[in-house]
Amino acid sequence: MRTILFIIQKEFIQLRRNRVMIPILFFIPLVQLIILVNAATLEMKNINLVVMDLDNSEASRTLISKFSSSPFFRISGTCYTQEDANRILQTNEADLIVDIPQHFERDLVRQNKAGIQVLANAINGTVAAISNSFVNLIIAGYNKDVIVKWHPAEAIAAEGKALNIISSFWFNPELNYKIFMVPAILAILVTIIGMFLAGLNLVREKEIGTIEQINVTPVKKYQFIIGKLIPFWFVAMIELTFGLLLGRLLFNMPVVGSLWLIYGVTMMYLLLVLAFGLFMSTAAETQQQAMFITFFFMIVFVMLSGVFTPVESMPGWAQKLNIINPIAYLMKALRMIMLKGSVFADVSKEFFILLGYAVFAFGMAVWRYRKVS
Amino acid sequence: MERDVIIEVKDLVKKFDHFVANDHLSFKVYGGEIFGFLGANGAGKTTAIRILCGLSKPTSGFIRVAGYDAYSQTEQIKKSIGYMSQKFSLYEDLTVYENIRFYGGIYGLRTEYIRSKSEELLHRLGMTEIRNKLIKDIPTGWRQKLAFSIAVFHNPRIVFLDEPTGGVDPVTRRQFWKLIYETAHSGITVFVTTHYMDEAEYCDKVCIMSEGKIVAMDSPDKLKEGFGVTNMDEVFFKVARNVTY
Repeated sequence: MRTILFIIQKEFIQLRRNRVMIPILFFIPLVQLIILVNAATLEMKNINLVVMDLDNSEASRTLISKFSSSPFFRISGTCYTQEDANRILQTNEADLIVDIPQHFERDLVRQNKAGIQVLANAINGTVAAISNSFVNLIIAGYNKDVIVKWHPAEAIAAEGKALNIISSFWFNPELNYKIFMVPAILAILVTIIGMFLAGLNLVREKEIGTIEQINVTPVKKYQFIIGKLIPFWFVAMIELTFGLLLGRLLFNMPVVGSLWLIYGVTMMYLLLVLAFGLFMSTAAETQQQAMFITFFFMIVFVMLSGVFTPVESMPGWAQKLNIINPIAYLMKALRMIMLKGSVFADVSKEFFILLGYAVFAFGMAVWRYRKVS
Repeated sequence: MERDVIIEVKDLVKKFDHFVANDHLSFKVYGGEIFGFLGANGAGKTTAIRILCGLSKPTSGFIRVAGYDAYSQTEQIKKSIGYMSQKFSLYEDLTVYENIRFYGGIYGLRTEYIRSKSEELLHRLGMTEIRNKLIKDIPTGWRQKLAFSIAVFHNPRIVFLDEPTGGVDPVTRRQFWKLIYETAHSGITVFVTTHYMDEAEYCDKVCIMSEGKIVAMDSPDKLKEGFGVTNMDEVFFKVARNVTY
């Protein structure tokens, strides 16, 4: 036990003397939270809509006013030919084109039905899909108005028969994408600190040669690994605190659930990440190699974890890959606790899986760290 | 001086794939001796010393260090030895005192003992004034002396020095050997590798290695006498030319 304390003391002194480290520790969360959260937004605001109104009737104008009064759409122009519409889509001037054909109102009155065409710029598939569903909502609302206006008797008759679907968005009623992003960024943040700092630190001792001096002492393998682990554990928890504070100050990030639970789950996760980082570095001979390996796993895990898109909308095989992805567990747990106010029972599955992986990774690190070559 | 065998090696072989780094080495080192391991670069000195320290597993042979087996009891061996490698082994971003405290601590020494003994050590090395300086800010010669003192700080039975005077000026080398002498007098066995032949003169016994084999082993005086020369340099050249006596 005393041995571990001496190692921890040494690590803290070295961390403190590292002039580059401290500023970076505060710089990373600031940049990530400010830039990534704001930039990686999928919020449906200001969808540029170009109207191709070939009917120019009262009915078509009512429909258009429905779009212009929605907060999601901005009518950025009009056009009158199919060629214009195509050009506008190709030059990215509009995200959506609503094509109201001639005789729209006439067909509506005479035949009780009329068609309109919606063209969506689907370069960003997610945006296209979401804006399309907004369009459908608006048209459905319009449809209802039309029935009420022209066929009041039928409307009354339909009342009570038809299913009346009203969506309400729970846990994030304003569909604020930022508060969806903050927990994800926090998860990435502690991952970076854990994997890179701890991993590179051990390889650095290998490069300088001090590790050989340690290996010739009676220090036990587990003592050395624990001694390396705890200081970075501590640093990462400070990072988390700083990140949570920034989230609150910058984005008014709500924490519905318990702060203790956030810390508990993150601590468990960090144990895993740190041990994983140390394991990587036992396999690498130079900092360059360690960096390379760690980076590879980082990118794959982060992209798979559902930072930008929910895991549920990934293909089945990708969802299966996430079974081995620790970041996905943390991200899910953090979002549940912060947005939904989940309690321990709700995130216990994530917690115990992380615990299992942590024990496994720690064992691997101790096993792989060789005092004798 | 006690004359018990403290290191016993019989037919030590170490192979890296097909390359034989140590080819059937056999020797004995007695307690309190200064045992010199000589040889050109690549003769297999470092390989042998790493095996004796428990840093590397031997391929075959009988090896006992401080009474412990080099295959199964490497951790016990590590408690009984000190080691200073040719690579620099102190933490450059720690101060002189912090390095002493750290290594003393991980050898399990008591805090009080570390404090009093490091005062004494710093005084003896004349480093009391620079105790709070970072290692990277002090000259190489001082670092080497400090590294050696830290290697024997926990009073091991044997200290292994792997080319301790590499890149050190002649004056510091002389001071360094003075430290080695003091250490040997205090009863710690010194096992040192070097390729400076003048340093071999300081040893009680030397063992000359070439291409993984021991080619000569005796006290410096007897070696000089046997080859009919006046210094160890000439002994080494004769050995290198495969002259036997």
